[in-house]
Amino acid sequence: MDRYTTATLRVNGQDLQVVFPTHHTLLEVLREECGLTGTKHGCELGECGTCTVLVDGEPVLSCLALTAEMEGRSIETVEGLQDGNELHPLQAAFADLGAAQCGYCTPGMLMTATALLAENDDPSADEIRTALAGNLCRCTGYHKIIEAVEWAAGVVRGDAGAGPAREVLFGSSVPGEGS
Amino acid sequence: MERREGISKLLGRELYIDDVPMDRGLWGATVRSPSPRGRIREVRFSPDVNWDEFVVVDHRDIPGENHVWLIESDQPVLAADSVRHVHEPVVLLAHHSREMVHRAVRSVEVIVDPAPPVLDFRLPPGADGIQHGTDNVFSHIVIRKGDVDAALADAPVVIEGTYETGAQEHVYLENQGMVAWIDGDVVVVKGSLQCPYYVHAALTHGLGRAEDRVRVIQSPTGGGFGGKEEYPSVLALHVALLALKAGAPVKMIYDRPEDMAATTKRHPAWIRHRTGVDLDGRLLAQAVEVVFDGGAYVTLSPVVLSRGLIHAGGPYACDNVRIDGRAVLTNSVPFGAFRGFGAPQTIFAVERQMDKIAEELGMDPVELRRMNLIREGQSTATGQIIRDGADRLEVLDRALDLSAYREKQEEHARFNAAHEDLRRGVGLSTYFHGAGFTGGGEVHLSSVAKVEARPDGRIEVLTSNIEMGQGTLTIFTQIASESLGLEPDDVVIAEADTFRVPNSGPTVASRTVMVVGRLIEKACADLVAKLGDSDLRGPDLKQAIVDWYRKHSGGVLDGAARYEPPPGTSWDEDSYRGDAYGAFAWGACVVEVEVDLRTLGTRVLDVVAVQEVGKVLNELLARGQIQGGVVQAIGWALMEECVWSDGAMVNNQLTNYMIPTSDDVPPIRVDFLEAPYAHGTGGAKGIGELPVDGPAPAVAAAIEAATGTHPRVIPVTPERLMELYDGA
Amino acid sequence: MRVLMPDTLEEAYGMLAAEPLTPVAGGTDLLAHWPGNHDARKRAYLDLSGVSGLRFMHWGDEALTLGGLTTYSDVIWDSRVVEEFPLLADAGGQVGSIQIQARGTWAGNIANGSPAADGVPVLMAYDAVVVLGSEEGDQEVLLADFYLGYKKMRLRAHQLIRAIRLPRREYDFQRFVKVGARNAQAITKIGVALTRSEERWRVVVNSMAPTVRRCPALEAMLDEDRPVSGPEDLLTAIREDLAPIDDIRSTAAYREKTLARVLYFDLKGVCPSFA
Repeated sequence: MDRYTTATLRVNGQDLQVVFPTHHTLLEVLREECGLTGTKHGCELGECGTCTVLVDGEPVLSCLALTAEMEGRSIETVEGLQDGNELHPLQAAFADLGAAQCGYCTPGMLMTATALLAENDDPSADEIRTALAGNLCRCTGYHKIIEAVEWAAGVVRGDAGAGPAREVLFGSSVPGEGS
Repeated sequence: MERREGISKLLGRELYIDDVPMDRGLWGATVRSPSPRGRIREVRFSPDVNWDEFVVVDHRDIPGENHVWLIESDQPVLAADSVRHVHEPVVLLAHHSREMVHRAVRSVEVIVDPAPPVLDFRLPPGADGIQHGTDNVFSHIVIRKGDVDAALADAPVVIEGTYETGAQEHVYLENQGMVAWIDGDVVVVKGSLQCPYYVHAALTHGLGRAEDRVRVIQSPTGGGFGGKEEYPSVLALHVALLALKAGAPVKMIYDRPEDMAATTKRHPAWIRHRTGVDLDGRLLAQAVEVVFDGGAYVTLSPVVLSRGLIHAGGPYACDNVRIDGRAVLTNSVPFGAFRGFGAPQTIFAVERQMDKIAEELGMDPVELRRMNLIREGQSTATGQIIRDGADRLEVLDRALDLSAYREKQEEHARFNAAHEDLRRGVGLSTYFHGAGFTGGGEVHLSSVAKVEARPDGRIEVLTSNIEMGQGTLTIFTQIASESLGLEPDDVVIAEADTFRVPNSGPTVASRTVMVVGRLIEKACADLVAKLGDSDLRGPDLKQAIVDWYRKHSGGVLDGAARYEPPPGTSWDEDSYRGDAYGAFAWGACVVEVEVDLRTLGTRVLDVVAVQEVGKVLNELLARGQIQGGVVQAIGWALMEECVWSDGAMVNNQLTNYMIPTSDDVPPIRVDFLEAPYAHGTGGAKGIGELPVDGPAPAVAAAIEAATGTHPRVIPVTPERLMELYDGA
Repeated sequence: MRVLMPDTLEEAYGMLAAEPLTPVAGGTDLLAHWPGNHDARKRAYLDLSGVSGLRFMHWGDEALTLGGLTTYSDVIWDSRVVEEFPLLADAGGQVGSIQIQARGTWAGNIANGSPAADGVPVLMAYDAVVVLGSEEGDQEVLLADFYLGYKKMRLRAHQLIRAIRLPRREYDFQRFVKVGARNAQAITKIGVALTRSEERWRVVVNSMAPTVRRCPALEAMLDEDRPVSGPEDLLTAIREDLAPIDDIRSTAAYREKTLARVLYFDLKGVCPSFA
């Protein structure tokens, strides 16, 4: 029968002692043992990105990571993104720009984008596009998501006027205007 | 206004069905046919497994009728003595352990005595392949206008072309999933779905239960695109059968490979055009033959075919039209609803045919379209006279302007001359999409929407239309708050629970805003009228509601509205003549591509999509719909290909079935024109599906401009384009 | 299933010597479709993630050495690598998504043995040497000689890939081309790594044979400056070196022709013998 492992995971700044079948992935343990269902199952193949969490700050596909090796490492999930009642700038920008449609890819998108902004708080649209290429979305066509990350980057930098101008958002019809 | 759906999704708190905790529940799984066709000789349970631990359900456990309620009664809930496709469900298992149940599936063997399968829908079946009627034809529809044969005989030029489009998988990010439990004498099913009352009807028939002993609740739905229109009825029956037998809650969640292999996809299509034109390019006759692959059971194929055929002539005026279409059986997983519902296939064909006509006449494809686009007072293939105030030429011209189409053509000529291994080109399409159910469908549905006032003055909107990413909660809130002059926070949208909400029809066919939104407006007016003053709005209304509840202890103040067809519309189902839809939205799309001659890979550089939609009620949502639809269509045109073996998809995982990533999407510029539609909410027509109609033919046209090849089959994969290019 | 988690290389060698174990170095290939892979759970694993001193890049006078746990990300973001071994950064940046690049390791990519491995062609084109460690000591194998057949390699059960050594040379031509079904994170249909150092070419191709492999006939054509007037002139050598198949991702014909075109167009300005 299945063997079990006990480990202490540091999740969103809290130490959690969990007992889990040794073969369970980080995704399964986060959802089933930690009750953190914000991180989603999408493909179990590392292709869709919806299970992305941060491990020691790096974006990791939790469906491809054995929990057994997570002892002592810092894990961040979408549930830990907001600061008290304050939305993370990425969450606020996603809300403002309608970048979460069905919402199923959103947690993974937010975590990958968080890692990007931690490394580069002034990414170009192309850098965002490349960074998010491992997170599939079937609703938005990606544009609103990319714009939301640009917008949030400006807020993170403390550059209030940053980000795309309103006029060029959402595939504005008039090329060049407002940019 | 801001989106209402967003916040819990952004916090990771939205509970999709897989996120709902299951205390003392069981996990269900499905044993499926390994064979495309044959008689079930035996279902063999491995002696290595202790089956006493499992709940096992087969067709003998079905209390009602063993078919999935829909248009026809041919699809079994669980195969009884024969199977018609690989992955057809045969046996259901449930166990306390999710891992155990999935392991056990592999310990049940379905042994089938094979019969010859029908696998190519383009070929007539042999005598030993007949499984439906006398010819395997699920549905045969002919649309006739004028005298096509005479017009073709008289036409100075007749041009023929054959076109094919492939199956497309929905790839909603959330796989199909459902939970069922028993509450007293009621079977409750909750899950990811688009049409609560379809599921409800399927459960009452399959379980043999009265309507009030079945309850269906929609859970937050992670994308649908049509994939959660009819298939959830199958899964709901399965999970309910297991829950009834187990006497405990059961959860079934498909994983990605099962979801991709076993659920519906867009119908593959074969379409032939013969078009008579005069030397100026005016359309004199359109003869169109259409064949859709229906898969193993009828499911929704007749109505998908119907919509496909109505759009098969394109947005053009032609006096002589014959569109003859069939949906036929193959031993594949049934094909089903997918955003656009048959129209993207036929529009691909007619748009490619227009390009072919232009080429053969030596005409500019833009001018050919300009000449033939329907003018005010002209009619569609079904004889529907278009008088909607929309300027279709303006839609075309706006797309040409925004894309700098002419300038691009010149720029590409210079670019192509300067590059040995790269080619650029630009392509155009013009198209239309009818919103709401086809023909008499909306009358037949007879949808009802309700609004209910709460004692604190807030208003609750009750419909069976659901949110799956398109923004239903936002737009319904907006419609109700604007009709009543209330703040958005004063409006609550009821959960889609068949015990509470009336049947306002399914969340399909671009009908949610146009049809159901209008019912909400009317229901709001009905509620206000009950207060004795139809002009009450805003704070006065709120106060009047509070006062009403003070006076009517225990009462409920509500308003309701039932669908009524727009006056003056008529449709004849037998002759397929008349007003097929309340309104059409109109579109034009320009696509620019670059082809790498080393790999024959195509990259889309730029897209402009212009559409006339009556009225844009919420620009944020509307642009999201257009951009998302364009990207789905680009995927279908270039990379999304189902690989088949014995009628089963064998590339059923996301490494092998490719959808566009953020690195594949071009700039997509969106613009709207507005000619308000009198019978749509605030003048709006449907827009959910329109954006999927245009990009594929425009992509193919752009590849044609770039390479000189003539793509007639999509997806235009590099492999296909290399064959065309090397053969050219 | 058991997962052993050694802290040191010596400990890992001891565990490997004691029983059959599958080493895990990142796990991004191993864990694909993991929940449904019931057989994989019956095995025991040696998870190397806790082994100290295995994730490094060491610049010696003669060679750059990558550790057994060095990830794609480690290399992609290293400016010295980008300058001296640019193909490592090119190929690393095209392996899956950034999430995969953060966890996936070069050594894991070699040991997984996929014919479509994206990291292997560039290593092979740089004449990488695989350093296999065990209790018996190190053994070195030229990567070009490492594969014996589909998923078969010169790696014995008690050994693991401790390091990868790349000789430092002057290259006057280096290129990696990956052809996939879309721009990002696609499994390779055809991949080719090309280098030229001191008049000697390396042509390494993936996804067109049971293993990633060097192409001696193509290399000879280039080394000997044989005239090539179009892509079709390369087909004979391609067929000699490789054995592409039709599969669910592409066709043999497409693979052959595309490789010929990529080689032809990309080398045209480089090789005087290409007309």
